[in-house]
Amino acid sequence: MDHDHEHRDGKPGHSEPGGIQARVRALETILTEKGLVDPRALDRIVDAFETKIGPRNGARIVARAWSDPEFEVRLLADATEAANSMGFSSPVGAHLIAVENTPETHNLVVCTLCSCYPWEVLGLPPVWYKSAPYRSRAVMEPRAVLAEFGVALPPDTQIRVWDSTAETRFLVVPMRPPGTQGWSEERLADLVTRDSMIGTGLAKSP
Amino acid sequence: MNSIHDMGGMHGFGQIEPEHDEPVFHAPWEGRVMALYRAVGFLQLWSIDGARAMIESLPPATYLGASYYAKWLMGLEKNLERTGMVSAGELEAGRALRPPETPPRPMTVADVANLQRGDFERPAAAPPRFKPGERVRTLNLHPMTHTRLPRYARDKEGRIEAVRGCHVFPDTAAIGAGEHPQWLYTVVFSSRALWGAEADPTLRVSIEAFEPYLAPA
Repeated sequence: MDHDHEHRDGKPGHSEPGGIQARVRALETILTEKGLVDPRALDRIVDAFETKIGPRNGARIVARAWSDPEFEVRLLADATEAANSMGFSSPVGAHLIAVENTPETHNLVVCTLCSCYPWEVLGLPPVWYKSAPYRSRAVMEPRAVLAEFGVALPPDTQIRVWDSTAETRFLVVPMRPPGTQGWSEERLADLVTRDSMIGTGLAKSP
Repeated sequence: MNSIHDMGGMHGFGQIEPEHDEPVFHAPWEGRVMALYRAVGFLQLWSIDGARAMIESLPPATYLGASYYAKWLMGLEKNLERTGMVSAGELEAGRALRPPETPPRPMTVADVANLQRGDFERPAAAPPRFKPGERVRTLNLHPMTHTRLPRYARDKEGRIEAVRGCHVFPDTAAIGAGEHPQWLYTVVFSSRALWGAEADPTLRVSIEAFEPYLAPA
């Protein structure tokens, strides 16, 4: 089983419980036999997260906010409504909140208690977002955390960390890179990385 | 519950290791667990906080030692057993030994197309107690059961930044004691209030705090 990503840190105790594949198969069999789940629906959920729901959705939202000041205002007022106006294949649920980076303030999102993350616009969270190092350190030493992502902010930039402790979800709108005047939304969206919408990265420069 | 899941401000976990070109799932079973979680969630046998509470109640060494979706699997198995939907014998046997008494309607392919996060906002019984700009102090709470007030932000003074509506209260929903909707606020703290005089002065941290966690400062 490919679980190198859990072992790379070399810490002890990161082994999976025995036969996890068999255990998952057993649970699916039991629930299917009882009529509690439909395996075709399970296939469809996996497919949706592998092919349809991912950070490209968030990138399109950010690119539109960069291009259309009216949309930007709507996004900051009610991100769920603004996101749903874009017609994604999967609707965005309640309580999405967009927070905008400025030259004065950089936003960073974490969930110290579990793994709350805006799935519908960013897809499923990466392993590091759910990991103990990120969850423990982001609220205390975000500059050191950012340094590990290769991000160095000016020393006087204010950092705002959002701990996702309820059912509100946060999407960071990174700053638009210079030298992109007149770019189409499609082209701009290519500059918007997943990490830039969590706050552990910046938008790519052209 | 003051358990290992409440990680904000802990030391010693080491460096963050971003993975280049990380796949959505690292093995097919991870996708199946995620899908099972969503499909069982659709049955509304327990609340989202009931699911979190079960994972939080894993022994700390198990919690730290298991990968993310392995924890989800363990939480799912335990909650299915607790609610009597699946027996320990069935998990052992790997097949159903008896049909459910009144099977709820399972999630279908058509439901997946409209799969949407739940809306946790509810009508309010009273107006919000606090207004943006007000100073508040979080309570010094240590319930044995589920709470969403992280330890690092207890008994700390902060400022109400926004009122986010009236939402299902996780502390009661998690233990099957009802939704008891409560006003939810974004409360922002200075780094000094949370981490002391040596803290990064450019940092501010906010939590999403339910009204029962707060008192006037």
